[in-house]
Amino acid sequence: MYGKKVKLRFFFLVLILLSVILSVFLILQSLKENVIYFQSPSEIKSLVELDKKKIRVGGMVKEQSININSNEIKFIITDYKNEINVTYSGAVPNLFSEGKGVVAEGFLKDKNYFLATKILAKHDENYMPPEVNKAIGGK
Amino acid sequence: MLANQIGYYSLTTGLLFSFVLCFVSIKDFNNNNKIINQNVFALSFLQLIFVIISFLSLILSFINSDFSNETVFNNSHTTKPLFYKISGTWGNHEGSLLLWLLVLTLFIFLFLIKSAQQPKKYRILTLLFQQIIIIGFFLFVLMTSNPFNYLFPTPNEGLGLNPILQDPALAIHPPILYLGYVGSSIIFSASLAAVMQNYISKEWGQHIKKWVLISWIFLSIGIMLGSIWAYYELGWGGFWFWDPVENVSLMPWFTLTALLHCILVLERREALTSWVVILSITTFTLSMCGTFLVRSGMLNSVHTFANDPARGIFILIFLFVLISLSLGIFFFFHKENNKVSKNFFWLSKETSILINNWFMMYFLSVVLIGTVYPIFLDVVSAEKISVGPPFYQKLITPFLVPFLLFMAFGPKLKWIKSKIENKNSLFIFFIISVVLIFFILKNLTTDLLFYTTLISAAFFLFFITSKELFFQKSNNTSQTVAHFGFSLLILSILFNGFLSSEITTNIKVGERYDYEKIEIFFEKIEEEKKSNFISIIGYFKITDEDGKIVQLKPELRIYNQPKIITSEADIKTTLLEDKFLVMNIVKGDEYFNIRYQVKPFMLWIWISVLIISFGGLMTLFKKNNEK
Repeated sequence: MYGKKVKLRFFFLVLILLSVILSVFLILQSLKENVIYFQSPSEIKSLVELDKKKIRVGGMVKEQSININSNEIKFIITDYKNEINVTYSGAVPNLFSEGKGVVAEGFLKDKNYFLATKILAKHDENYMPPEVNKAIGGK
Repeated sequence: MLANQIGYYSLTTGLLFSFVLCFVSIKDFNNNNKIINQNVFALSFLQLIFVIISFLSLILSFINSDFSNETVFNNSHTTKPLFYKISGTWGNHEGSLLLWLLVLTLFIFLFLIKSAQQPKKYRILTLLFQQIIIIGFFLFVLMTSNPFNYLFPTPNEGLGLNPILQDPALAIHPPILYLGYVGSSIIFSASLAAVMQNYISKEWGQHIKKWVLISWIFLSIGIMLGSIWAYYELGWGGFWFWDPVENVSLMPWFTLTALLHCILVLERREALTSWVVILSITTFTLSMCGTFLVRSGMLNSVHTFANDPARGIFILIFLFVLISLSLGIFFFFHKENNKVSKNFFWLSKETSILINNWFMMYFLSVVLIGTVYPIFLDVVSAEKISVGPPFYQKLITPFLVPFLLFMAFGPKLKWIKSKIENKNSLFIFFIISVVLIFFILKNLTTDLLFYTTLISAAFFLFFITSKELFFQKSNNTSQTVAHFGFSLLILSILFNGFLSSEITTNIKVGERYDYEKIEIFFEKIEEEKKSNFISIIGYFKITDEDGKIVQLKPELRIYNQPKIITSEADIKTTLLEDKFLVMNIVKGDEYFNIRYQVKPFMLWIWISVLIISFGGLMTLFKKNNEK
C-alpha cells in the first residue's frame, strides 16, 4: 500500500519516539531513587517518620564537640536551635573544624544520632553552602 | 596605579572599536567589492591589541601587588610567589572574564585572516555575530565585574588567593578550558552567518571543521587538567565527582563531539544541515549556561568565588537574547536543501554517525537533568536535594556497551551503502574479549554479567582499533587513534574503579596501623616555613602486601592569608598504579586523619585523554584529500 520509503521512515520515527520515551522514563526513575535530600537538625527533630534513605545534614560543628580516636570521629552538628550527634569514620576535608560549617552525608539511626559516610569538602573558609546558611537561619 | 588606568581605558576603547567595527562592516556588506575592506582587519586587530593591553596591565597590577586595584586586593598578597601572582589574574571572576574577552577577540581576528577563501558576505556576518557576543561581554565586564575598580585608601596588604587555587595545573586550566569554550563562539557565529547566506554546504563543512576541532581539543585537555587537579588537590582520590561544575564543562563536550562527527557527514554528503546548525547553537549556549551557572553562584563549588545576583541576571538576559536571536535566524533563514536525497541506507557510515549522535544526546540529557533538576526543585519547592554519582553511573554505564560496539565497527562502514566485511575476524575478536574478561572479573565484582559485557565491549573496541593502528594501513589514522584512546579511557576507568583500595584511619605520630597485610607507620612530622605558608610534612612508611616499602610524605600547608589549611597529597605514580596518601588535622595536633589509596591505572586515564586529543590534532593537520 505504502511505499518502502514511507514505511522505513515511519519505522524510524517510531524508533526515535520509543527511545526518547524510554530514556526519559529511565532518567526520571533513577532520579527518584538517587536523590539525596538535605535536612537541618531542626528539620530532623520535627520528622514524624525516620527516613531509611541516605540524606545530608548540614549546620555548624559545635564548639568543643569533636572527639577523636583511632577509628572514628564524633561530633555534634548544630543549627543553634537543635543539634544532632554524628559518628564518622573516614577522611575529613581540610576545612573541617569546630565552629565551622559542615555538610555530612549518611544515614539517620534515630533523631539524635547520625551515621555519616562522607563529609563534604568545602573550599573556602568564608564560604558557607547556601543550605547551611539557610539551616542556621541565614545572615 | 598607572597600569590600572591604562587597563580600564583600553578596555573601554576596545568596546568602542566593537561599535566602529559593526558600522564599518555593515557598510562594507552592501558594497559590491569582492574582498573585505582592509579597515575591518585593522580594526579587529586594534581591538585585539587593546584587550591584550588591558589584560597585560591587570597582570602587571598583580605582579606589582597594586592593592589600589580592588581585584588585586581581593585575590592577591605580597608574599605569594610570582607564578601565582600571575595566575591569580585569571583565578578570579573579573580577571577570568577579561580572559574570555581576550579569547573572543583573538578568535575572531584569527577567523578573519584564516578564512580568505570563504565568501565575503559570510565572513562579514560571522564578524557581526561575534561582535554581538563581544559587546555583550564588554558590557558585562564593565558594568558588573570591572577588574579595574579603584580602592581608596590603598590597603597595605591583599586578602590573598584561595590556596587551593595556588597550583600549577590550575594555573593553566582556565585559559585552556576557555579556549575550548570560547572557541565554540566562532562555530556559533559562523553557523548563523552560514544559515543567513544559505551557505551550509560541503565547503562550509570543511572550513568549519578546523574550528570545531580546535575547540574540541582544548576543551578535552581543559577538562582533563581540572580533573587532574581535583584528583591530587581535593584529597578524595577520585578524578570525577559528577559535581555540577564538572558537569557543565562536560555538556558542551558532548555536543561538540556530536558536532565533530556530524560535520563529517556534511562534508561528504551535504546532509544533516539543520542538525549541524542546531548543534553549533547548542554548544555555545551550553558554554554560556555553564558560565552563568558557575558565575551566578547558583552552584555550590570551588568556582564560586563571590555571588552577585546582578551578574547572574545579566548573563541570563544576554543568554536569552542570544538564544532567541539564533533561533529566530534559524527558523527564518534556514532552507532545507533538497538537491541531495537524504535517505540513509541503514548500514552506512552516515547511519553509524547518527547513532553516535543519539548516544551523545542521551548522555547530554542525563547530565543536564542531573545538574539542573536540583536547581529547579529548589526554585519551585525550596527543597534542597543533590544528585549523587550513582545516578549518573546507573544511567550512563549500561549504554556504554552498545556505544563502544558501534564505535568499533561504525568507522569500518562505507559511505552511502555498505556491507559488513571481515565478519569472521570481528566475531573472533569479540569472543576473545568476552572470554578474557569473564575470567578476569570472576573474582572481582558482584555484577559479573553486566561488567563482563561492558568491559568486553571496551576490549573489543581496543582490539579492533589497535589492530588497525599497528597492523593495517588505515586510511583514517586520526579517527582510529581517537577511538583507540577512548577504549583505553573506558578500560582504565573501569579497572581503576574495580581494583582501587583505600584505608582511612586516625593516627598519632610514632604509631603503626595494620590493615590486612598492609602496615602504615607514621614516623615523624617536620615543620618548615615557606614564603606564604607553613608546611607540615608527615613521614610515612607503608609496607604493602608484597613486603615492599614505600615512603610517602603528605603535606599540610597552613597559609597565612587567607588563613586556610590545605593538604597536599603525596602520590607515587608508576605505570601500573598510583599510591596516594593524604593527611588532615582534625582537632589539636594529636591525631592526624589519613587516607591511603592504591589506584591502579590512574596514569592511563590521563594518557588516554591525551591520545584522544592527539587524534583530533592529527585530523587538524591532515591534508583534505584523504578519503
